[in-house]
Amino acid sequence: MTRYLMTKLIEAFIAIWGVVTIVFFVSRILGDPAVLLVPVGAGQQEIDNLRAALGLDRPLLEQYFQSLLSMLKGDFGISFQHTRPALDVVLERMPATASLAGLALLFGTLIGVAAGAIAALMRGTVAELIVMVAALLGQATPTFWLGIMLILLFSVELGLLPTGGSGTWLHYILPGLTLSVFVSASIARLLRSSLLDIMREDYVRTARAKGLMPRTVFFWHIARNALIPVVTMIGIIAGELLGGSVVIETVFAWPGVGRVIVQGIQAQDFPVIQAGVTLVAAIFVFVNLLVDLLYGVLDPRIRRG
Amino acid sequence: MAPLLDIRNLTVVFDTPAGTVHAVNDVSYTIEEGETLGIVGESGSGKSVHALSMVGLIARPPGRIVSGEVYFKGRDLLKLSQRELFDLRGKEIGFVFQDPMTSLNPVLTVERQIAEPLRRHFNLSKSQARERVVELLELVGIPNARERIGQYPHEFSGGMRQRVMIAIGISCNPKLLIADEATTALDVTVQAQILDLVRDLKKKIGTTVIWITHDMGVVAGLADTIQVMYGGRIMERGPVDTVFEDPRSAYTWGLLKSLPHGGKRGTTRLYQIPGNPPNLINEPIGDPFAPRNTFATERCLRETPPLQQVEGSVPGHKAAVWYDLREELKKQEAKV
Ligand SMILES: Nc1ncnc2c1ncn2[C@@H]1O[C@H](COP(=O)(O)OP(=O)(O)OP(=O)(O)O)[C@@H](O)[C@H]1O
Ligand code: SF4
Ligand SMILES: [Mg+2]
Repeated sequence: MTRYLMTKLIEAFIAIWGVVTIVFFVSRILGDPAVLLVPVGAGQQEIDNLRAALGLDRPLLEQYFQSLLSMLKGDFGISFQHTRPALDVVLERMPATASLAGLALLFGTLIGVAAGAIAALMRGTVAELIVMVAALLGQATPTFWLGIMLILLFSVELGLLPTGGSGTWLHYILPGLTLSVFVSASIARLLRSSLLDIMREDYVRTARAKGLMPRTVFFWHIARNALIPVVTMIGIIAGELLGGSVVIETVFAWPGVGRVIVQGIQAQDFPVIQAGVTLVAAIFVFVNLLVDLLYGVLDPRIRRG
Repeated sequence: MAPLLDIRNLTVVFDTPAGTVHAVNDVSYTIEEGETLGIVGESGSGKSVHALSMVGLIARPPGRIVSGEVYFKGRDLLKLSQRELFDLRGKEIGFVFQDPMTSLNPVLTVERQIAEPLRRHFNLSKSQARERVVELLELVGIPNARERIGQYPHEFSGGMRQRVMIAIGISCNPKLLIADEATTALDVTVQAQILDLVRDLKKKIGTTVIWITHDMGVVAGLADTIQVMYGGRIMERGPVDTVFEDPRSAYTWGLLKSLPHGGKRGTTRLYQIPGNPPNLINEPIGDPFAPRNTFATERCLRETPPLQQVEGSVPGHKAAVWYDLREELKKQEAKV
């Protein structure tokens, strides 16, 4: 187990390092932040001074290794825009992102699991058809479009809910709903097909042949196995949502991690981009590690010694 | 005494997009208490479907029981309510299925899987059930049973998994044990061990057994009665020794011809009789084996021979034939 965990941690570390490296060089290609930071009409001299002050005049590789070293110490540098530690700028957006992600995951999973189970158990009925059409639409509809439509309906037309921003629980409803639709649609479709596959398994026939009651057969033999891939999917979605949904946070002006990274890119605020992307990558890798461990609990075949 | 199981005119079909599959056609037979019946036949001959449909284990739809009665201890199983079937399965009729890898749930411990029917039917507590599970595993010959109950199916070898399956099948001391291809997935040595175990268990607990297999050799070593099925019908049945020595159906004869030592020894797989198994989607007319039967005549293709007592043979030796196979064989020899 510890050995397995060690390998996984080393893999995680390498993955994050890879992301950091790519982000470092790609962001450098984007352009020169000093040009954006100096006051309008400033001369070349002022730009050069600022570049020197930010350390941007040194050779690229030197900058790269320098920032890697600092990152190892947890120092992502000072945000160019906010003149505060970049990590703080990103981290303080975490609660907004995490609470929205948690909400969407909770409702999305509850609705998705219920809908998927209904569709599988009521095979061949109108109920299955309705669930499956709804799920297909939910998965195929682009979230930004759905978000905008919801804003137009509930905020602009009906004036019931805020168009964007955060602060009260009312602000959670539309972005939460938009994300839940996607989450529940994905889960419903996967769970349905997974349940239908497992129902055909030989061991389900064995369970019935033992005289077990239908609910025992369903929960212990069918659902117990059908949920394994669903757990993986929930993990992947959780990783994505916790990194901040850039699209949703932009549409709803939600002050989360995704939005702060986009703003960092627009301003060429290298430290914020780096801190943000590293955090997102770390969360993603960490959640995946958790899913892996959970998988081992659910499926003894891949449990490691 | 009334037989333990009395199947009358059981007919089962599957409604599929390609048409109606006539899986089991007018099958009737009885088993006495304590008897071991070996059922053989090629793939698709209706062996599994007829056994599963008796206790409501085929999917309906697409499956449909068209007609028949299945008397078990005097009750017609086909008339039982769902609830009565739940109470019967596993308790009065135990099952052992093919391929213990796929027939055991990969994510539940062996203890749980064996304890389930015990707890369901006898309301045992967890610890009572555990004692019985250990006892059962010892009975089926799994060493260190107590240490192994917490393990999962993938931690057992194929033969050991099959023993676990058997433990599940006999856990509630069923009156009738139905084993469907229980040794097919195993290699010959392990297969022999499992057959020894079953013979041994029969002596100890005296269960009535239906042993379904492709393998004539297995039937020879295990069963009292053999029943040969083809195209969803019984072609021939009777005491094992009689049928092996004096087959009256051309199909049985074809199966036996391929066995070394007259089928008494060895565990050779069924010899491929030339031709294809019948297309069960067509309305069953005539002897299903006729198209592949070198002895067949016009009549065989048009009319289905009834399963009847073989004249001059021991009681219980029945065959579904229009012609006396021995006469036909003599004629053939004369031609050569
Ligand atoms: N769910 C189903 N849908 C349609 N046809 C089916 C279904 N189950 C079984 N059949 C058909 O019923 C017929 C009898 O099948 P059955 O499983 O009883 O054969 P078997 O003698 O047990 O063969 P095997 O030796 O391969 O196990 C076959 O033609 C099979 O295709
Ligand atoms: S009845 Fe006809 S087809 Fe059937 S076994 Fe006899 S000879 Fe062959
Ligand atoms: Mg079968």
